[in-house]
Amino acid sequence: MSLLELREVAARYGEIQALHGVSLSVGDGDFVAILGANGAGKTTTLRAISGLVKTSGDVVYDGSKIVHRTPEGMARRGVAHVPEGRGTFGTLSVLDNLRLGAWVQRGASQRDLAHVFEFFPRLYERRAQQAGTLSGGEQQMLALGRALMAKPRLLLLDEPSLGLAPIIVREIFGVLQQMNESGMTIVVVEQNASIALQRAQHAFVLETGRVVLSGEANDLQRNESVRRSYLGY
Amino acid sequence: MANFLQQVVSGLASGAIYGLLGLAIVIINRSTGVINFAQGEMATLSAFLCWTLIDHGWSFWPAFGATLVLSFAGGAALQAVVIRPLQSGPLLGVVILTIGLLIAINGLDTWIWGGAPRQFHGPFSTAPIRVGGVAFSKQDIGTIVVAFVAVALVGLLFTRTRLGLGLRATAVNALESRLVGIRVSTMLAIGWGLAAALGAVAGVMAAPSLFLEPNMMQTVLLYSFAAAVLGGMSSPLGAVVGGLAIGVALNLTGTYVHWIGGELRLATALVLILLVLLFRPQGLFGRAAVRRV
Repeated sequence: MSLLELREVAARYGEIQALHGVSLSVGDGDFVAILGANGAGKTTTLRAISGLVKTSGDVVYDGSKIVHRTPEGMARRGVAHVPEGRGTFGTLSVLDNLRLGAWVQRGASQRDLAHVFEFFPRLYERRAQQAGTLSGGEQQMLALGRALMAKPRLLLLDEPSLGLAPIIVREIFGVLQQMNESGMTIVVVEQNASIALQRAQHAFVLETGRVVLSGEANDLQRNESVRRSYLGY
Repeated sequence: MANFLQQVVSGLASGAIYGLLGLAIVIINRSTGVINFAQGEMATLSAFLCWTLIDHGWSFWPAFGATLVLSFAGGAALQAVVIRPLQSGPLLGVVILTIGLLIAINGLDTWIWGGAPRQFHGPFSTAPIRVGGVAFSKQDIGTIVVAFVAVALVGLLFTRTRLGLGLRATAVNALESRLVGIRVSTMLAIGWGLAAALGAVAGVMAAPSLFLEPNMMQTVLLYSFAAAVLGGMSSPLGAVVGGLAIGVALNLTGTYVHWIGGELRLATALVLILLVLLFRPQGLFGRAAVRRV
């Protein structure tokens, strides 16, 4: 049963065609990585799903084709999108950021907050601090924590590893795996193909706005051209 | 000494009105970056509404309450119908639109109610109350109390409620707000509604001492800009404190610095705006957003 399906989704920014008809399918409970070079259309694919760009083609979510997608509408349907650059509210406190995550739940329960603080004890220590003063890793944790508060069915993550130390990247992907094991479907866009392929079950490779390769993450890890282009060995 | 205290309290009363209108300006500025030049005329229109209700036999407080509700609805509707279509365009377009609104509302007031100044009987008498040998005007004290209550309620709304959290989030980052599921366009309309309601408090409280006429709030708006700039344009508390400071400063200079008198009051406020922008552009309370890259 697929939770999300894209059929020939195309998008353009003005004159520039960013997606040339992307088709992909994400199963319920899946952990999917979208790989590709800069400008391949990875970010645009996520933006297309959550309604941040206008598209042609179909997006089917949870069994129904959703024609008029808006970010707030998709959030209400259970899609949490963490954009690149750790989407946090810089001048609001860590706690307020987490409360905002629970906006679609109509308020944050103490239990959910405690749950997030269990995953990320650092956030508890810094709960009263302005989010903008956190380190890059902490901000990514906050972005994830905020997404957790929404209890989404589908989590869209754009470049969570960007600019972070390897140890923090491993920590973050570890949390993603736990979230996935508890039933959350995850789609992660990554330049860091090696960690993404280690943790994900399925992967799609984008090139110039098209899916050029897809399959089990294990198989792609052994694929000659993936290794040359994205893994560097 | 008694005279000094009287002047301070009377300055606080007019300062409270500048602060309320300054707060309205800051709320809209924070959420969209727009300076609403029509804020003063919107307040005047609210005062006219209140006057009309009282003229039809309502007593003051119900009329005041109804005015607040109508002003909130009017402000929200104005945002949804007039401002929103331009919101995605350049900021300057919206700012110029608010100047257009200023002229339009002013014309509407004149068309409906005429340009002649009217007496507006407020809820507080101008009779003095004596505290330890100093005479304060009841109207001044009442204005300060009403303004304080209005500011406190708005403060609680912003800091203690879910709606307030949504309003603050929208002001910080509209795109992120949409991604967590907030209906940003609703929040912006509510922001305009709140600003209009605060302006209504300012307009109705100002009317008894200023005489009600279409241009009533124009000078007040300039003092409110001075208040907002002094407070740092983005700080709600700053606008209120800035308003009080300007009210007191203007009253004291008008009383004790004789060559300024009444004629140069407005110029004093403008000099103040200039000095703040020159030497402390972030204002007294404004702070640069802290960000680690």
